[in-house]
Amino acid sequence: MCLSIPSKVVKIDKEINVATVDTMGVQRDASLDLMAEDDVKIGDYVLLHIGFVMNKIDEEDALASIDTYKEIIELMNEEDRQKAILESDECANRGT
Amino acid sequence: MKLELKNLYDDFRDADTIKAFAKIIKEDAKKLKNPINIMEVCGGHTHTIMKYGIPQLLPSNVKFVHGPGCPVCIMPKDRIDHAYVLSQQEDAILVTLGDMIKVPGSNGSLQDARAKGADVRFVYSPMDCIKIAKENPDKKVIFFAIGFETTTPMTAALLDAVIKKGIKNIYFHINHVTVPEAMVALISDNKAKIDAFLGPSHVSVISGSKIYEEFPRDFNKPVVVSGFEPVDVMQSISMIVKQFIENRCELEIEYKRAVNRDGNLKAQKLIDTYFQKAQNFAWRGLGNIPGSGLKLRDEFREFNAEDIYRDILPKDKIDDHKLCICGDILKGIANPPECTIFGTACKPTTPVGSCMVSSEGACAAYYKYGNLI
Repeated sequence: MCLSIPSKVVKIDKEINVATVDTMGVQRDASLDLMAEDDVKIGDYVLLHIGFVMNKIDEEDALASIDTYKEIIELMNEEDRQKAILESDECANRGT
Repeated sequence: MKLELKNLYDDFRDADTIKAFAKIIKEDAKKLKNPINIMEVCGGHTHTIMKYGIPQLLPSNVKFVHGPGCPVCIMPKDRIDHAYVLSQQEDAILVTLGDMIKVPGSNGSLQDARAKGADVRFVYSPMDCIKIAKENPDKKVIFFAIGFETTTPMTAALLDAVIKKGIKNIYFHINHVTVPEAMVALISDNKAKIDAFLGPSHVSVISGSKIYEEFPRDFNKPVVVSGFEPVDVMQSISMIVKQFIENRCELEIEYKRAVNRDGNLKAQKLIDTYFQKAQNFAWRGLGNIPGSGLKLRDEFREFNAEDIYRDILPKDKIDDHKLCICGDILKGIANPPECTIFGTACKPTTPVGSCMVSSEGACAAYYKYGNLI
């Protein structure tokens, strides 16, 4: 029920206060009545809910999260590498 | 890196990131003094948790309690009976959102009413009412409004447009409810086993995270507002576990790309213009929760279908089914498979209890994804 879909604004009709948004290839219209005037611009990422734009997605925050995830995966991979090295160091047959 | 639309989907569903968080949670959870039960308040989160098998990725001392956050599920039968009765009026067109199609009342669902000839229409957006009203000037269009804080501003926007455009044949039957009151009711029940909350995503987009400030402060329950994607949920669980091992009890936002403290102020103003608190709302499965419902302000009485049709609307309260344990499931005392009628008498096609009604209910999610742990 409260699901909403990240979409990109491709067109704005100021007269009727409606944005045309792209949701992974599907275009649809969404009311801008819940958004402050001139807040939404073409190219913005927004969340869409039952025919309305309900907010803008903060690009910087989204990118910051994605960067954090990459760092975490890197860290995990590095830990796994270190663990593998340690395990091979402890191998009883090492050097024989 | 420039953000692309697909990043907002793919990067928050990435399997390696989910696994990495599972590993972090597993390590951190070893330091927990006691097991923790996290309630995901929102049905959208329940759906994500089951769809991606998140419980299987967690250590045994971190568990979920599935909350009441599905506005379709918690709709009591007597309200659905109201919609059914309204749909039977000769000059009425009953309009509601698609989620309400199959929800059974005492006389059947709205889909049944339509099959028997009533003019019931399921729309994608409340604004579709305007087109229907213009095309049917001799009919009364009654919008059966449902939803939490996420959906309330859209109903307010419709009423705003109706007034500004001078449309005379749209009326409202309001069933909007608010989340924090239900959270308070759940933790005030001594039987409920809830240690922390996963805060709803899009309720918070509208209301801001400020509506949860009372929970860490007054109830000693941490809240992390989480996005809907599986990576969001895993990161939020990790944040909650860290709060426990670091002896913190705070309100945090994981879903920073969409939620801030204040929320959507224009939407909040619209809600405030047209709605006021109703004294009571009886939640299916949970019973009456004081202050959890909304109603139209008195000055907009002329649009209030509940007022206009009060003489024909049934007033009886209908109790939940005796064998149904949805109330206990929502409090975290029981899990869906423990119910004697789960999957037998109670299925998504013939739901008996609230949690089976929509795909976001805990029982329906367990049924669909076979997540029987």
